Amino acid sequence: MSEISLRGLVKSFKGPSGPIEAVRGVDIEIAVGETVALLGPNGAGKSTTIDMLLGLLEPDAGAVSVFGRTPSDAVAAGAVGGMLQTGSLIRDLTVRELVAMMAALYPAPLAIDEVLELTGTAEIAAQRTQKLSGGQTQRVRAAVALVSNPELLVLDEPTVAMDVEGRRAFWRVMREFAARGKTIVFATHYLEEADAYADRAVLMAHGRIVADGPTNEIKAMVGSRTLRATLPGVELDVLERLAGVSAAERRGEAVVLTCSDSDAAIRALLAAHSAARDIEIVAAGLEQAFVALTGEDAELPPGVARVDVGARGADLAR
Amino acid sequence: MSGALTYTRYELLRTFRNRRFFILSLGFPLVLYFVIAGPNRNVHNLSGSGVSLPLYFMVGLASFGTMSAMLSSGARIASERAVGWNRQLRITPLQPRTYFRAKVLTAYAMALLSIALLYLAGASLGVSLSAGDWLEMTGLMLVGLIPFAALGIALGHMLTPDSIGPAMGGGVSLFALLGGTWFPLGNHGFLHDLAQFVPSYWLVQASHVALGGKPWSGTAWAVIAVWTAVLSSLAVRAYRRDTGRV
Repeated sequence: MSEISLRGLVKSFKGPSGPIEAVRGVDIEIAVGETVALLGPNGAGKSTTIDMLLGLLEPDAGAVSVFGRTPSDAVAAGAVGGMLQTGSLIRDLTVRELVAMMAALYPAPLAIDEVLELTGTAEIAAQRTQKLSGGQTQRVRAAVALVSNPELLVLDEPTVAMDVEGRRAFWRVMREFAARGKTIVFATHYLEEADAYADRAVLMAHGRIVADGPTNEIKAMVGSRTLRATLPGVELDVLERLAGVSAAERRGEAVVLTCSDSDAAIRALLAAHSAARDIEIVAAGLEQAFVALTGEDAELPPGVARVDVGARGADLAR
Repeated sequence: MSGALTYTRYELLRTFRNRRFFILSLGFPLVLYFVIAGPNRNVHNLSGSGVSLPLYFMVGLASFGTMSAMLSSGARIASERAVGWNRQLRITPLQPRTYFRAKVLTAYAMALLSIALLYLAGASLGVSLSAGDWLEMTGLMLVGLIPFAALGIALGHMLTPDSIGPAMGGGVSLFALLGGTWFPLGNHGFLHDLAQFVPSYWLVQASHVALGGKPWSGTAWAVIAVWTAVLSSLAVRAYRRDTGRV
């Protein structure tokens, strides 16, 4: 029985050159206790979907139901808490006061001390909110979201401004919260995050859902790797027949092999072509995965950085 | 219910902790008052109005200071929106009623402080009224400020922190000028006739309690009521529309 449902959601905004269709028909059913990741590149429609889930935006078409209520009713009943994408804190309160102020608005908040402890903000509880570092601010924002003790916790790219350690600590807390039977929906453009912390991932691109399933399946689907090597004078169809290779491309002296199994592919490559050098194996970026899934380019606005999932120093040949 | 009180209490606390804002908004009208009324403390009948100069400008600058206090709640709202706090509040069970009440209360707390300081300053320059007159004058000013409370909230939800500065500065200057904060507008003429329809005029007119009789005509109450109705609905509409990312 799905307690949270988004059905046929459509939303467009006025743009400089005609309407921008941010969300073009999104259906998601979420059961109580599930942790669901909305996964997609920038501009996929994740934040717009989340705004509609929270009742901050009215859909042009479709309907949202949260525990059998409209989003605004669910919010008014204190069933929803969240951490929005952009956001800082209001000034002139201490961390503890700010958390207490937010707790006061909810019918069944968590104990302030428990939340400060949980989010690692206990030692900065007496500091004024305008004196915090970026990482501390993020932790306090997490505390503000958690203290409301909601049945549905919505997080819109919550870890964007966090460092690796902060990220790990943040998700540890969220996992603990989910273990209390709470429902969590979060948006992310990190495949790793969806894989590590969600039961299920909903892949979005161009305002549509392109895949929806358990995270390990989604990961297998989009988590292909690319092997790049300098190897002149070898025919592409020879390379394509190697074990673990699904496609091959030439870029000057180099070849780029898309691999279904990169371990098998590199063994086969070196066995057959020992001249191959400068070998790099990187996880395919989410964008590349989306291109594969949707069969079209991800149409990122200019200036938006492409995100390579799990790729260190990824220099994917373009 | 206690949640709403806690929320309001922290809103008040926050306002009073912003020391620079606090000192500037209370100090500026006070300094201006002493500059204008200090050297002219013996003018007992300003421009034939029957009101002494220290009394006239005490109320004039109180109206200036309190209008600023009301509109500065808008500046605080605009900066809260800029950091996304407004959206954060929208996903809590905070009722709009509680939110508005907290904003209006903090604005009125500042306004009352400003009035109290100017009264002390006035008394130091020889302003003396009966207890009843002080009370009536204060009551009228507090009523006359209602439209400005609504205007502050409306501007806060419509403007950005960058644009609200000039809007507030310009708005307060204009209302002060039309209200007669800087000089009495006389008993006839275009400015006088126009001022009848401006709420700040009636704020300044509160000083006429010293003359006996009623400082506010029926027109005054009607003008305040109409401005309140229009600006409140504007504020509510601005608040409702304001759920997007800023």
